[in-house]
Amino acid sequence: MTALTPTENAPDDHGHSAPAKLGYSPVAEIPHRLRVTDTDPKAARRAERQVAAMFALSMFFVVLSVAAYVMIDKTTVVYIPVLGDVGASNVALGFTFGIAVLLIGTGAIQWAKKLMPDVEVVQERHDMVSEPQEDNLAVANYERGKDESGFARYKMIRRTLLGALAFFPIPLVVFLRDLWVTPSGENPTEILSNTLWAKGKRIISDGTYLAVRPEDLPVGGLVSALPEGLLEVQEEEHNLNARGKAAIILVRMDPDQIRSQQGEGWDYNGILAFSKICTHVGCPIALYEQRTHHLLCPCHQSTFDLADSGAVIYGPAARNMPQLPISVDEEGYLVAVEDFSEPVGPSFWERDRA
Amino acid sequence: MKFLSARRRNPFVAVLLLVAALGAVGITFSTVSNIQPAQAALGTQTQVEEGKKLYLEGCSSCHALNAQGTMNGPTLLGVGAASVHFQVATGRMPLAAPGAQATAKEPSYDPEQIAALTAYIASLAPGPAMPTAEDLDYSDADVAEGGVLFRINCAQCHQAAGQGGALTQGKYAPSLMEATPQEIYEAMVSGPQSMPVFSNETLPIEDKKAVTAYIMALQEAPSPGGLSLGRLGPVVEGLFMWVAVFAALIAAAVWIGIKAR
Repeated sequence: MTALTPTENAPDDHGHSAPAKLGYSPVAEIPHRLRVTDTDPKAARRAERQVAAMFALSMFFVVLSVAAYVMIDKTTVVYIPVLGDVGASNVALGFTFGIAVLLIGTGAIQWAKKLMPDVEVVQERHDMVSEPQEDNLAVANYERGKDESGFARYKMIRRTLLGALAFFPIPLVVFLRDLWVTPSGENPTEILSNTLWAKGKRIISDGTYLAVRPEDLPVGGLVSALPEGLLEVQEEEHNLNARGKAAIILVRMDPDQIRSQQGEGWDYNGILAFSKICTHVGCPIALYEQRTHHLLCPCHQSTFDLADSGAVIYGPAARNMPQLPISVDEEGYLVAVEDFSEPVGPSFWERDRA
Repeated sequence: MKFLSARRRNPFVAVLLLVAALGAVGITFSTVSNIQPAQAALGTQTQVEEGKKLYLEGCSSCHALNAQGTMNGPTLLGVGAASVHFQVATGRMPLAAPGAQATAKEPSYDPEQIAALTAYIASLAPGPAMPTAEDLDYSDADVAEGGVLFRINCAQCHQAAGQGGALTQGKYAPSLMEATPQEIYEAMVSGPQSMPVFSNETLPIEDKKAVTAYIMALQEAPSPGGLSLGRLGPVVEGLFMWVAVFAALIAAAVWIGIKAR
């Protein structure tokens, strides 16, 4: 490539001399197009005024933002089309300060683009390979470190250091062990397969925590429900695992509309109890359409037909929604007949061996 | 504007409006027991007769002459006054055109005619009654508790901020931003269209008031930060960022990089 020297440039090129002392050299191959501001002094002055105007306007907006901060009460709400009911102070501060910062930026860029020297340059770089003497120096340093530390000489230190490094991952193994062996010694497959539901356990509605009677639930009704005593277990365990497994929904439909169930007589006069946890990846579902008896999972649109054994009629779920057999106790409250007959929620590796 | 919005949010205005509306509907309905909605108060004999006339003209082609239902419309026996009032007063019934679900529109009947229709249907068979003014007075209700109940029972379809959402096959849960306390109550006890029923036994009236208070708080809540993007949550916010904001950033980068004329 041929580098132009500054002397080859026309004297009236508006600062087009390459800054040769910085190590840059202009490139001749790229055809250079002059800007309007390079050729027309009027345009250059216009650009100067433009940049100055942006900086001045920025000052104005800073003053405005201080004024907005002082003058607008922070609880004032105003209606602005598109934005809706908004906090006047927040919006005014964000707008004025944002515009002020933006104007400094656009002014600086406009200055650089229109007025600062505009010339194509190449920055020379040295080769990516190190010089041989640098390589030799590095190797010599390494050898010297090896000799001076005595790593080869002090056998005991070498062995204990290797031992210490070998011990280092042990805590990881111990900590991660709890992922498959729990403190209570229970097998994780069992934990995932059992919920709080048991024979005679009353069904309480979530949120109100009232026991539910069959007559409370009209045809078309829906109740998000939990087993009685869940709150105490939750308190004791300090987590939501019990709730996550035992959450159910109760729905009531006309008994004639129930086409099939997962077990003979698992409903109670048209009241059906299903797990609330999607069998795909475990989202809680209560999006129930009472006319079609469809239960739609909002996460991935798996759809279950609760009138037909909770069968999957659409979406990525692979298994029916597990049904909980229910009945009433002697006091007339809805109760579970037994726990779920299969693990609720998403699949896991050992599920089919449970 | 400040003056108007302050007036609009006064709880007594809502109560007064409701009392006025209920007065127009008929004093009988405002004396209904709030514990036994199945025992619907019956309208006056004139209302029932007037309602029957309106019913035969406007509704019977789909719901049958004796309201037992046809292929085109469900039975209205036992749906109760709350259901009829909700469907007709929100304009969902009579149906404008067959579709995935009835949409809310300008009601086709005036309040007196609606009262007559409700009285007629309620006279056929007992069903959930319309709420009394007391049932709708949510001024003492616990908004936070209402939020908990809303997220357990309503948010799955109507979205956590009450903006509504999609159901299956073109059906949808409507936005609650325009809903009145009476419509909210009537929808919960009657279960219109796809919506399940939330009876006064599984969701007691006190809890319904809390839910109503929460919805009203959502309706009135301003958006202090500015653009709320429909309060639809992180998906919409992310989409806005990736599409609108990134486009603006790319445009800025192009402007910075392009050579001046």
